[in-house]
Amino acid sequence: MENEARKYVNLFAFIVILALFWPYLSELRPGLFKKHVEITPYKVEEKPEVVDGIEIESGLIYAEGYLLVKQQCTSCHSLELVTQNRATRAGWKENIRWMQETQGLWDLGTLEGPILDYLSKNYGPKEASRRANLKNIEWYEL
Amino acid sequence: MSDKKNPSNKLDRTSFISRSVLTLFGLVLAGNSISSNTGIKSQKKTTSNNKTAGGNSKIAGKHAELSILNSKPWNAETPPHLLDDKITPADRIFVRNNGKVPENIDVENWTLTIEGESAEKTKTYTLAELKSNFKQYSYQLTLECGGNGRKEFTPAAKGNQWSTGAIACPKWTGIRLKDVLNDVGVKSNAVYIGYYGKDVHLNGDPDKVVISRGVPIKKALEDEALIAWAVNDNDLPLMNGYPLRLVFGGWPASTSGKWLHKISIRDKVHDGPKMDGYSYRIPKYPVAPGTKVPEEDMKIIEVMPVKSLITHPKTGAKVKGRKSFEVRGHAWAGDLSIKEMHISIDYGATWRKCVLDPAINKNAWQQWRIQVALPEKGYHEIWSRATDSEGIMQPMVLPAWNPKGYLNNACHRIATKCV
Repeated sequence: MENEARKYVNLFAFIVILALFWPYLSELRPGLFKKHVEITPYKVEEKPEVVDGIEIESGLIYAEGYLLVKQQCTSCHSLELVTQNRATRAGWKENIRWMQETQGLWDLGTLEGPILDYLSKNYGPKEASRRANLKNIEWYEL
Repeated sequence: MSDKKNPSNKLDRTSFISRSVLTLFGLVLAGNSISSNTGIKSQKKTTSNNKTAGGNSKIAGKHAELSILNSKPWNAETPPHLLDDKITPADRIFVRNNGKVPENIDVENWTLTIEGESAEKTKTYTLAELKSNFKQYSYQLTLECGGNGRKEFTPAAKGNQWSTGAIACPKWTGIRLKDVLNDVGVKSNAVYIGYYGKDVHLNGDPDKVVISRGVPIKKALEDEALIAWAVNDNDLPLMNGYPLRLVFGGWPASTSGKWLHKISIRDKVHDGPKMDGYSYRIPKYPVAPGTKVPEEDMKIIEVMPVKSLITHPKTGAKVKGRKSFEVRGHAWAGDLSIKEMHISIDYGATWRKCVLDPAINKNAWQQWRIQVALPEKGYHEIWSRATDSEGIMQPMVLPAWNPKGYLNNACHRIATKCV
């Protein structure tokens, strides 16, 4: 009976330790629990701060679907990698496939459609030019 | 023996399983604390940086005016006017990382291992051995990211949208790669060398190689191919590969592996991550902008093309009347030298020849200068155009479009006004 009791104490201790360290575990090794834990480094704000159409915390264009991008893309890379790029829907999809095939991105499931909608609508192709005009010049006295 | 017949055996097994699980759990925890140096800290740092995505976040050891393209992984470029020095200061060397920067670097126990199919043997050196066993050399070597200038391509190519600032030419100090390779022994069938670094993959998997590229053995055996530990007589900046890296001047900077700990001498073209697919590759034949190019029709970029930069004045200069001022900068051309340097103040209609200095050594950029007075009141662009030793010039508009937006060497332009 003593052995039997020890068994339960062991199991109980294990569960307690697991419970205590679970948040650290999932944060430290997102890859380890990728399939079970949805990584959301940003809290869902009820009223996000938006200036000139940009959601301040993420730097993303504030439009339908921005939160999905904010949540899904930031566990590996910064959102600057999103906002500095431009592509068609097919181009963004290709990008996602590349990340899935080579960089360890998970299957986005039903979120993929809305994410592609957001990206292609807000970060669609730029105007073609063999050489653009020089822009954003800060004038000064030489 | 069945469990029912022997309860003590059952108990033994249960407690064994329970203990094993605890041990395993302990191991996972230990593993995490080892990898946590690159996991949780950088993740938290990045989160806070994302909050200032407007661009006022800064990188340790780097000039505050570097333009940050990406905070995870860190990528930042240097505005042209900050590159005015002949020898680029360490804090102005651009940052181009594919993964997370290693933390808690143990220099005392840092080693470099040479191995591979075409190595006579496998040999490991400590950093101290590398410094004492081989003759040291210093060269000024130009490192430019293959994607420098990507920003201008249309249709847009994916990746960090580099403008002109992924270029630097500091003084590197270390040992010749060929001295180390020859100490190990290079078989006659050697084709390529591939590097491995200590950077950590963004998805947190400690076993996933971030990037492993290299150069053909011919380039690896050149005098200026260095295993370097110093920039401008100080330790390498952490962001640029501290404590050890490769430096192959004039080739895409991604060939110059950072946080170097292993070099493989290959009997074929190296096949590490980012040697394949579309990474650092261009089409084998010219394509129209936006063309979908099959993977098998892509070839590895080797040497970088002829290019120049106006580092003074800074764009946006307002000049009073016909006052003359100096226009100056650098020019470089992969493994070649610069033969002539010109500027135009009339959109390429006429060109003026600049004074041009020789390179301090192979693969170093060259300095040029010219006195200019703007002809009349109004807006004037100054364009710079270098010509390499084989007579090849920079194009005035964008060069050949390619799927990943590499090798944009179009002439540099700045805006000025005569007031």
